[in-house]
Amino acid sequence: MEITAIYYLVPALVMFCCGVYGFITRKNMIAMLISLELMLNAVDINFVVFNRFLYPEQMEGMFFTLFAIAIAAAETALAIAIIINIFRAAKNIDVRSLNEMKF
Amino acid sequence: MESVGSIILYFIVALAMIVFSVMAVTTRKILRAATYLLFTLFAAAVVYFMLDYEFLGAVQIAVYAGGIVVLFVFAILLTSKPGDNTERLTSKSRVLGAIAAIAAFLVCGYALAARCINFVQKPAMDTPTMDQVGSTLMGTAHGQYLLPFEAVSVLLLACIIGGVVVARKR
Repeated sequence: MEITAIYYLVPALVMFCCGVYGFITRKNMIAMLISLELMLNAVDINFVVFNRFLYPEQMEGMFFTLFAIAIAAAETALAIAIIINIFRAAKNIDVRSLNEMKF
Repeated sequence: MESVGSIILYFIVALAMIVFSVMAVTTRKILRAATYLLFTLFAAAVVYFMLDYEFLGAVQIAVYAGGIVVLFVFAILLTSKPGDNTERLTSKSRVLGAIAAIAAFLVCGYALAARCINFVQKPAMDTPTMDQVGSTLMGTAHGQYLLPFEAVSVLLLACIIGGVVVARKR
């Protein structure tokens, strides 16, 4: 049996769809952020797989993933700072109860 | 032809990735969701190792598993009591989410089945050495990444300052 590109792309696709499902159904902001991380990771895997299978002599996909990981880390840190700030003001982090911008 | 070991490893990793990502979005305990996310990220790191990008796999483990998941766990413990269940989903939002996810799966799956099914097997590649990775990251020639590297460093600085400003006590 030969492991070709599709064998890596399908689990990544399932992961992405889980991220979509979680982002729509979850109400807790941290759980939504976790779904977002799942989606980001699925896309990273796709970059690496296409790089490896189509252009193995270049490293563009690898570096794109590297920068995507760095930016995802920055984004998560800021989002968690905002979530903690919201928790301090509103006492919960349920998106349905956050319907006013100013407390 | 792959060795038997790598095929077994592949199936374990693919199964772990699918199962843990499904569990991460369906479990009702938020701390467990973060743990399942950690396992999914480890599976992604193993995929990078299997594709011979060892530096990338190490970065994935160090940054995601070591940094981001710890941040998640801290934030969860700060904002909710451990052992809390999130309330049950309404069937409306669940149906909406399932429709969106299945529609995305069908569209992307069709595109993959139509276009990517006949990709050739994994071509031979030298694992990029640290030397190559470093000089590509630090060079200014064509196909080298000094400018994005510096942009990311400024972004991280802005992120540090922004995090401190947003989360400090007033």
